[in-house]
Amino acid sequence: MTKILVVDDSNSIRDMVNFTLKSAGYDTQDARDGQEGLNKAKASSFDLVITDVNMPIMDGITLCQELRKLPNFKFTPILMLTTESSGEMKLKGKAAGATGWLVKPFNPEKLLATIKRVVR
Amino acid sequence: MNIQTLASEIPEQGEQSLEGIDFITSGDQYLTFLLSQEQYCIDILCVEEIRSWENPTKIPNAPDYVKGVINMRGVIVPIIDLRQKFNIGEAIYSETTVVIVLTIESPEATKTIGFVVDAVSDVLNVEQQEIKPAPPFGGCISPHYIDGLVNVGDKVVTLLNVQAMQVIEAHQLN
Amino acid sequence: MSIDLSQFIPSFLEESFEGLELMESSLLNLEAGDNETIHSIFRAAHSIKGGAGTFGFYKVTEFTHLVETLLDEMRDGRREIVQSDVEILLGAVDCIRLLIESARDEKECDDEKIIQTSKLLSQTLHNENTTERSEESIDQNLNSDTSDEAPRHHWNIEFLPEHQLVQTGNDPLLLFNALAELGELSVQANVDNLPPLTDMCAEELYLQWQLTLVSSCSEQEIEEVFEWVEDECQLNISELDTLNKENNNQTPVTIASENQVADSTQFYLQNTTPETPKEIKNSSSKNSSTEKTAAKKVEVSSIRVGVDKVDSLINLVGELVITQSMLSELGNDFNLDKVERLNAGLEQLLQNTKELQESVMRIRMLPISFAFNRFPRLIHDLSKKTGKSIELIIKGEQTELDKTVMEQIGDPLVHLVRNAADHGIETAEVRLANGKPEQGTITLDAYHQGGNIVIEINDDGGGIDRQAVLNKAKEKGIVDANATLTDAQVFDLLFEPGFSTAKEVSDISGRGVGMDVVKRNIQSLGGRIQVESQQGKGSTFRVHLPLTLAILDGQLVRVGREVYIIPLISIVESLQVQNELINRVSGDMVLYRLRDDNVPVLPVYQLFNLPANNTELSNALLVVVEADGQKVGLMVDDLLAQQQVVIKSLKDNYQQVEGISGATILGDGSVAMILDIPGMINIALQKAQYEQKQLEQEVM
Repeated sequence: MTKILVVDDSNSIRDMVNFTLKSAGYDTQDARDGQEGLNKAKASSFDLVITDVNMPIMDGITLCQELRKLPNFKFTPILMLTTESSGEMKLKGKAAGATGWLVKPFNPEKLLATIKRVVR
Repeated sequence: MNIQTLASEIPEQGEQSLEGIDFITSGDQYLTFLLSQEQYCIDILCVEEIRSWENPTKIPNAPDYVKGVINMRGVIVPIIDLRQKFNIGEAIYSETTVVIVLTIESPEATKTIGFVVDAVSDVLNVEQQEIKPAPPFGGCISPHYIDGLVNVGDKVVTLLNVQAMQVIEAHQLN
Repeated sequence: MSIDLSQFIPSFLEESFEGLELMESSLLNLEAGDNETIHSIFRAAHSIKGGAGTFGFYKVTEFTHLVETLLDEMRDGRREIVQSDVEILLGAVDCIRLLIESARDEKECDDEKIIQTSKLLSQTLHNENTTERSEESIDQNLNSDTSDEAPRHHWNIEFLPEHQLVQTGNDPLLLFNALAELGELSVQANVDNLPPLTDMCAEELYLQWQLTLVSSCSEQEIEEVFEWVEDECQLNISELDTLNKENNNQTPVTIASENQVADSTQFYLQNTTPETPKEIKNSSSKNSSTEKTAAKKVEVSSIRVGVDKVDSLINLVGELVITQSMLSELGNDFNLDKVERLNAGLEQLLQNTKELQESVMRIRMLPISFAFNRFPRLIHDLSKKTGKSIELIIKGEQTELDKTVMEQIGDPLVHLVRNAADHGIETAEVRLANGKPEQGTITLDAYHQGGNIVIEINDDGGGIDRQAVLNKAKEKGIVDANATLTDAQVFDLLFEPGFSTAKEVSDISGRGVGMDVVKRNIQSLGGRIQVESQQGKGSTFRVHLPLTLAILDGQLVRVGREVYIIPLISIVESLQVQNELINRVSGDMVLYRLRDDNVPVLPVYQLFNLPANNTELSNALLVVVEADGQKVGLMVDDLLAQQQVVIKSLKDNYQQVEGISGATILGDGSVAMILDIPGMINIALQKAQYEQKQLEQEVM
């Protein structure tokens, strides 16, 4: 089963993403900030990481950089959730090693469609 | 696996899940009971349970027909003697005295109230058109408690308005 | 698959309100150069915006976007943090709250304040166009999926990825899959650039592709597929020819992609004319979905519980299970030798139950900071309004209190704090003239005392003018002109209905809600309020509240066959009547002499019309109770145990009963009523009045 790590500090968004993924048959774990996400990533392996950008303790950009340093996560797709459709944030994300991004607001359908583009 | 598709397979309320099969014989069902010699009935969907009489805890300064409250699985339920409320027959409490517990939903609140009656008799199937208006000639029950009359064989059964039954007059102090 | 998003809305609302509180308190403490604080404010705004967009609260998104942009500039250091901007942001926080509230209640929110604040924000940003932008983005969302009937094109795509493309987790195959969803795709790989095997690096990509796609999609849609890799590849898209087999009669419409905002209005027009049925269908399905959410909307309040609290519960339940299995094992073949072990087991069960009860109660307990955290803002606003400089000190904010009590104590506390700022603290001139520091201080404190929580509101202002209060009370006929009262009695007059000491009604506290309402609210929570004041030095209002509304320490008493519960908190003492202390005065009113007080005797059986064993006063049992400063002696047949009882509502299934605050279930499963002392006194007064009337009629 495809395993996905969801990192977001907003409970409602995290719950929504989680619920959507679970309903679509994915296995998920979640974390409330980058640090927690990194810890979970180190403890296990995932087929995809979906992370918010703005979070307390450790932001999504840093998480992305840290994940890419882990041998397990070298090729793992990482999707950034961002409200900024500006190119600046996308460049930052790409530079940090993100695979792609999903611009908020998004709906479950869009989320699932986007995921299909990064996991087999 | 997929919650959404599973959920969509559950038929919506009111949808007939098995075509052509009518589970309940036509009409609505009513529970009939006795107050003294007279037959009354109420919508069976309101009936929570039927229990035997037990001595309730008195409510201070309550009207006579409010017998008190009982503990029904941790919920405090008031007990109203319909015979006293409607002035029918004698309020005698024996082992055969029955309490019908109703759940009455109104826009403001949902209330659970027990009603003391002499005996529970039957379940009736009644078509809407079988319910006739009650003639406006007195009797000791105020007309707003009565939704209509139903003929069952030679007998006449009074259909009570459940909504009206939950109203309890304010306490009088003296 | 469709997922019902409405289930996540309560949690979005909850975290948004929390976010707003955080923004507010952080803004109040914001100092220039404090980067961490500005970051956390930004994050809160950002989360609200993101969530609001996802859950369809576009007005919130739109407005919060302005706030976020301003904050972003502050965060990046592009904008200096000045007080006037902070004020605008504080106002904006209020607006977001209003918008979220009206979104929650599914109401339109066209508060003037929101329009003004958004204007202010736009002006501050020097960017008047921002609002329009988000409106457009909404239009886009409404009009996106319409590509079905457009003409088909033959696209030629050359995809030349850089070697490290896969290192960001992108997979060419998945890209092609996405393309294949747009139409008929054929793929040809170019292996010319493959290095010799010895030079090949497993982490790099050497292939290039030539693709053809027959699809009605636009160039933009193809570019979108490659959006994530556009900087890591060379992409050449060209169109071979237009295949217009289907839809010959339809005007070719180039569909604007999501990113193409340019003429969305024109697009909208084109779209509506030929496809009216579709449009209608869309809007009707939209309506039904909003109806669905409306019907589903139920008020569910939730508590967020710390994991430690849940863990301790689980531990306790574990112990309970052990005790239970021990007891049932004992019961299997019980003989008298095992009595001791049975006793020990029961003792353990008692302990378990008690701990479990405490733990469960703790779940409902929240730190009082939830009620206190609105005051910094309130004081900030009041300072500005009154022109007084006021410092707020908050202590004991970790003191825990039942959630229900917390929710209901908020408004009375606000009233008391406003009063302190408005009437308590003097103007700067007066303070300086009296040798006080120019800045006034209001202190909020909370602490536990016995089974109660005490909340203190203290100000170092002018104190209560005893004489002025007394004069006014006399003038209003609240007290007798010749009465001599203690300080405490005088201060209690403040809580009389219709009493207001403010020399003129001010905008702040003179809004018709009097201190009598404050007192009533506190009493309805089973609490009381005390005042201490020293002229020239300040005043302290002390609110005593029970920690919880769910459990009560009670004294069980018996009257006739009924058992009643008297709240321990209101009992002064219980005693056996000594005949010589009974006085009958003014026509058969019975008073009992308790030291200096004459306590009226109220036989419970008379108040409640019950048969009782004992109707004689001599040697009877009296429980002396106090409410509203009035002591009365309740005459009962017997004193039973003292115990904690769980309060159950009578109102749920019945109605409010005078003299009864609720009911509980005793150990034997029977129901017992909990007495409400002020209500009992009220019954006694009404009965006395009724009897007097009867007497008067008889005389006539």
